[in-house]
Amino acid sequence: MERNLHRQLANMKKSLFDQGYLDHEQFTQLEELQDEANPNFVEEVVTLYYRDSARLIQNIEQALEKNPLDFAKLDNYMHQFKGSSCSIGARKLKNECTQFIEYCKTGNGEGCKRTFQQLKKEYSSLKKKLEHYFQFARQVGPLEKACRPK
Amino acid sequence: MMSKNNLALGQKFSVLIVDDDKIIRRIHKMLLTKFEFESHAVENGKEAVDLYISGKNFDLILMDMEMAVMDGPKATRELRSMGINNVIVGVTSRGSTSEKQAFTEAGLDYCVEKPLSSETITSLLKELAKKY
Repeated sequence: MERNLHRQLANMKKSLFDQGYLDHEQFTQLEELQDEANPNFVEEVVTLYYRDSARLIQNIEQALEKNPLDFAKLDNYMHQFKGSSCSIGARKLKNECTQFIEYCKTGNGEGCKRTFQQLKKEYSSLKKKLEHYFQFARQVGPLEKACRPK
Repeated sequence: MMSKNNLALGQKFSVLIVDDDKIIRRIHKMLLTKFEFESHAVENGKEAVDLYISGKNFDLILMDMEMAVMDGPKATRELRSMGINNVIVGVTSRGSTSEKQAFTEAGLDYCVEKPLSSETITSLLKELAKKY
């Protein structure tokens, strides 16, 4: 039964990679940093990311309501958001950020607004998927310890 | 006997992480711990410069390019003008070739992309071993 749960967890993760939500290399690097002293490091970092980036999302939202748009400010905010998103391996989000930054460079306000709406959808979607993944991982973790031969 | 990054028996490489991104600071600190570095993190270039003014010293500085208060290039120039010749590695996710070039010319030893990977740290270790 324990092997089944592990397989389910692995399949969940594979699905996140295959659907392009997560970058395989970066997310795996984060998981490799986990050890007995920090067994939930990835979850901690992802939680920190969502907490920290909420402020950035709000800043971008407010900046997009201004007229005229300050593209330099938007570019700056989005670079910060892109950097954090890359660090947790959020691949789709990174692509949306890159697109937004391109629109900033060309002064395309409508493009920025459109991309930002898509970005917010991806952001929420990834959050739900990761919450579900970590919740399952936490269940599998204690079961693994309990079943480990002494 | 030398462990993978000790300068001499009992000595560890010390690293100063200079980055305004909380997530990057957390990840890099963890990564460096795995390589048995001692690390300290600050949020901007001014805090890094102030640490050195207070007498602190590090074998390696990981310097982000864009930060509020004092950015990477400015902090790097200040540290070099103070006579600090520790290894300073620029760490950036942005920038055209010319921006990275300008950052390097501020006094960096190397410039790498963030987030850092185990492979990058291993390469940096080899370079640090040559220098020290």
